[in-house]
Formats: sequence, C-alpha cells, structure tokens
Amino acid sequence: MSDIKKFMYVNRRAPYGTVYALESLEVVLIGAAFDQDVSLAFIGDGVFQLKAGQNGSDSDQKNFSPIYQALGDYDVTKLYVEKESLEERGLTLEDLMPLTYEDEDDDYEEKDSIRVISRAEMTDLLDQQDVLFNF
Amino acid sequence: MSILHTVNKSPFEKSSLNDCLSHSADGSAILLIEDGVYAAMQGTNVEAEIKNAMGSKKVYALGPDVKLRGLSVDRIIDGIEVVDYAGFVDLTESNDKVQAWL
Repeated sequence: MSDIKKFMYVNRRAPYGTVYALESLEVVLIGAAFDQDVSLAFIGDGVFQLKAGQNGSDSDQKNFSPIYQALGDYDVTKLYVEKESLEERGLTLEDLMPLTYEDEDDDYEEKDSIRVISRAEMTDLLDQQDVLFNF
Repeated sequence: MSILHTVNKSPFEKSSLNDCLSHSADGSAILLIEDGVYAAMQGTNVEAEIKNAMGSKKVYALGPDVKLRGLSVDRIIDGIEVVDYAGFVDLTESNDKVQAWL
C-alpha cells in the first residue's frame, strides 16, 4: 500500500496560555496510530512549547512538556523549528528540550528529533505536505 | 491615583503589551502574568520597549508563570522584579485600581 500521506501539524501558540498546544499533542498521538508520514512544525510562539526547564511546581497548571519526550516512541520523529522564530524570542536550539528517537533503520541509533530550519525552508516544507493541521 | 496594569498575552502575538505601555502613566506598576511573562526575557524583539518603559514605570513578572514556561530567572531583564502570588495580592492592594490588558 502506498497511500501514505504527508501529515504536518503546525504549532503556532505558546503552551499554557491557551489549550492549543496540549490539544495538538493529543491529536498527534491519536494520529500516530494511522501509519502516516507525520511531522510537526513550530512557528512563532509555538517554539515556546519546546522550551527546556518547564516546571509546574509553583503553578496550578500541569507541566505537560514531558509528553514531547514520548513522541519518538510513537514514530513521530520530525520536529521542525523555525530559526527566525527562535531568534525573535531570544532563543537558540540549546534553550530547547533535547528530544531524540531511536532510528530502527540505522541499528537503533539515537538521533535528534528537533531540526532547526529557516523560514524559507519552512515555506517549502509546508508546500510539500498533503494534509495540514493547525493549532 | 496609581494603577496596577496586568498583561497576560504574549507580546509576539497580541498588542496587549504595546497598548499597556502606551496607556500607562509614569509611576504605574506593570505586572506581567501568564503568557505576558515572555516579555520579561532578555534578548527578544520587545526587550528595548520594556527597558524604555522601565525608565518611568516599575515592571514585575509573576514567578510561578515564569517557572511553568521554563524561563530562568537569571535570563530575565535586569530590574524586573519577580513576585509570587502573595506579591500579586500586595500589588493589587497597594494600587488604587487594576487595569487588565487582556
């Protein structure tokens, strides 16, 4: 069967202030059961979803960032983060959570899931998708 | 009459911070809460605006919201005071009224 489609989840909101980020994760995990070619895009405030060091111990809201660590186990291994969005927010790749997956096609070598790409590359990537989900 | 202004939206997505800064009198207190705390970070596109406002207004950030979002206190703009929930209450009590820029 070669009817695998390219699904991209586009995340543009900061976590916690609205429910978009958490809802996106829910849909990604559900969608992971359907054996499609899945990737996630983080644009604008969406890059804050991957910020390292999130901690809910002083808050009445739950830190849900550990869920991103589990994505690799669901074969969700392509997380594209826009470089310009990071820069506008004073962030670099080092400020994000280290997210990895085990590549079953390469002797289960541990590889990085996060790929920082330019706005122009993001534009091309969006163009290549079959289906876009927006959060 | 003193006003406590609160800003709860990301400065990168909404105009709440800008509207607050342009409608708050000298001597006002500005408290960044929820997604508003992203404006307190060093090195962002809005750092200059915040620093400019701090010449005449006192800026605070709500600690639990800073921590929840993974922002470290040592990366917050110098001069912004981080307060806890009790500090939030103190600010509402020490000002005459509250203007929430939603």
